[in-house]
Amino acid sequence: MIEVAGLSKRYGQKLAVDDLTFQVRPGIVTGFLGPNGAGKSTTMRMMLDLDRPTAGAVRIDGKRYTDLKDPLTYVGALLDAKALHGGRSAYNHLLCLAQSNGIPASRVGEVLDTVGLTAVAKKRSKGFSLGMGQRLGIAGALLGDPQILMFDEPVNGLDPEGIHWIRNLMKSLAAQGRTVFVSSHLMSEMALTADHLVVIGQGRLLADTSMADFIRTNSRSYVRLRSPQQERLRDVLHQAGITVVTAGNGTLEVDGVASEQLGELAAQHQLVLHELSPQQASLEEAFMQLTAGSVEYHAHSEPASGQGWGSTGGEN
Amino acid sequence: MTTPSTPQAQYGSVSAPEQQWQAQTGYVSPVPLRRATLKDALASEWTKIRSVRSTLWNFAVMLALVLGIGTLIALALSRRDMPPGESAVALGFVGVLLGIMPVMTLGVMTISSEYGTGMIRTTLTACPSRARVLGAKAIVFAALTFVVTLVATTLVSAVLLFSLGGRTTGALWGWATVGVSAYVALIGLFALAVGALLRHSAGAITLMIGFVLLPLVLALFLAASPMHGLQDFLLEYSIPSQLGVFYGTSMVQGAPGGWEALGIMGGLTAVFLGLAFFVQDRRDV
Ligand SMILES: Nc1ncnc2c1ncn2[C@@H]1O[C@H](COP(=O)(O)OP(=O)(O)OP(=O)(O)O)[C@@H](O)[C@H]1O
Ligand SMILES: [Mg+2]
Repeated sequence: MIEVAGLSKRYGQKLAVDDLTFQVRPGIVTGFLGPNGAGKSTTMRMMLDLDRPTAGAVRIDGKRYTDLKDPLTYVGALLDAKALHGGRSAYNHLLCLAQSNGIPASRVGEVLDTVGLTAVAKKRSKGFSLGMGQRLGIAGALLGDPQILMFDEPVNGLDPEGIHWIRNLMKSLAAQGRTVFVSSHLMSEMALTADHLVVIGQGRLLADTSMADFIRTNSRSYVRLRSPQQERLRDVLHQAGITVVTAGNGTLEVDGVASEQLGELAAQHQLVLHELSPQQASLEEAFMQLTAGSVEYHAHSEPASGQGWGSTGGEN
Repeated sequence: MTTPSTPQAQYGSVSAPEQQWQAQTGYVSPVPLRRATLKDALASEWTKIRSVRSTLWNFAVMLALVLGIGTLIALALSRRDMPPGESAVALGFVGVLLGIMPVMTLGVMTISSEYGTGMIRTTLTACPSRARVLGAKAIVFAALTFVVTLVATTLVSAVLLFSLGGRTTGALWGWATVGVSAYVALIGLFALAVGALLRHSAGAITLMIGFVLLPLVLALFLAASPMHGLQDFLLEYSIPSQLGVFYGTSMVQGAPGGWEALGIMGGLTAVFLGLAFFVQDRRDV
């Protein structure tokens, strides 16, 4: 169990983490979501006592991280795949970590096998690909066979097979009763792995909910209708007591009524339909809406003609 | 890359009743646990220092400088060149003075490379006591440097004495080997402290080279000026002349002796290492 209480972190002028309070419970995978720069990595660094909080505290099973006597057997963390000395072999990297916590050296071979790096154990990690580095970082997190696992964007740089492996790994770790806390930008990825969600934006807590609840409230299912006789269709639906929302592009959207019923209703009134399609709002859209107000680093799309460069160019 | 085995297989050894019990209390590892101590940190740092090439390279350069220059001197001079009353052992000085450079480099790198690569985050996650990490690094590095320097100075002293002859006292022999090695280890430790404070390899190494060479260079420039007091001070306490003390050569009259030189370097190192311990606990990594 990880408890975060009133956690804040200020870097100069910038408030990177702003009064976060939440808990990460054992036995489930907790997804930690937020757009770029939301403060996920900063929060994780503070959980591990690498960065000192400006305010608030983190407790791991009631203890401060610094008070853990053999932390690797308690908490395994993957922060950054490149948080290692590239000149050292994978084996020696893990060996020095194991030794610092009094973990038997035999565990090194075991975790290397788990992540599939046995063949390159004696190679210097400098030459590793991003995905291999990620696997080595995961091996380090598993070294002490800890009850709490923390992964900062673990699927970064992994191939589809690797992503699949990581998903199953996290689920099975949680199924064994461990606490699994994993950050990501990708709602779709989390929907597949996480049981619980903590969403932050600009350092503030936006949501702390179970995945099932999040899906229920955010994945609105509705039926989209398009007809050349839109006005009549509207009236018909209205008379039938069905609420209609006019969406863009001349389409109508209806919540909570099956598409079959709507089709039959239109047929009865001899209305032509160009579209009758059940829709499901994606979780990704829901996530983007949730964090819309707190996205710091917006990309700007190429200016359309008549705007930006185009218009100034014309005046010359 | 090989196909990763499934994690289920990894933890499959947990027995069924144990697993039931875990369902209520969270996961309990089958890996035997015990509290980590400074001894574990020392073992870890020993693995780290022996598993990177810069250790090998820096010590190789140091050995080459100390032994190479000593041997060249032994070959270039003959027994007749030795002034009466002088010991050939003292000629090892030049090699050791240059050999300090790679030792300082390694001292800096031992800590700053962890910051440069990001390894420090992994290290401190494994051992949250920053004092223990820095302490273990300092002990391992200093001990290793002392031993390697002792081997180098003993060998070069023996070569010089054997080929150039002359008489030597037990005291001079002791200072030129054990004393010098302790002094070199202290300078290395000082470099490690500077590396821990600056966290930047190139910056810290440059600073250390300046620390060794600048006072002497400055003193030479001051020769033309009336500031004799300052010049004498710089000459006396610059690292090269402090090192010379161990060989019984000294640039100015009344310069401090071997114990004093060790005391000065030890004090300086203690202050900077103390500062590093103090500062690192207050910084983010
Ligand atoms: N050491 C630091 N010094 C100054 N500012 C920092 C530092 N670390 C993080 N920040 C700032 O704090 C904010 C949060 O950064 P953080 O890395 O925690 O975000 P994140 O959620 O992990 O983002 P991403 O998804 O891109 O990894 C950012 O705006 C970043 O610029
Ligand atoms: Mg991040």
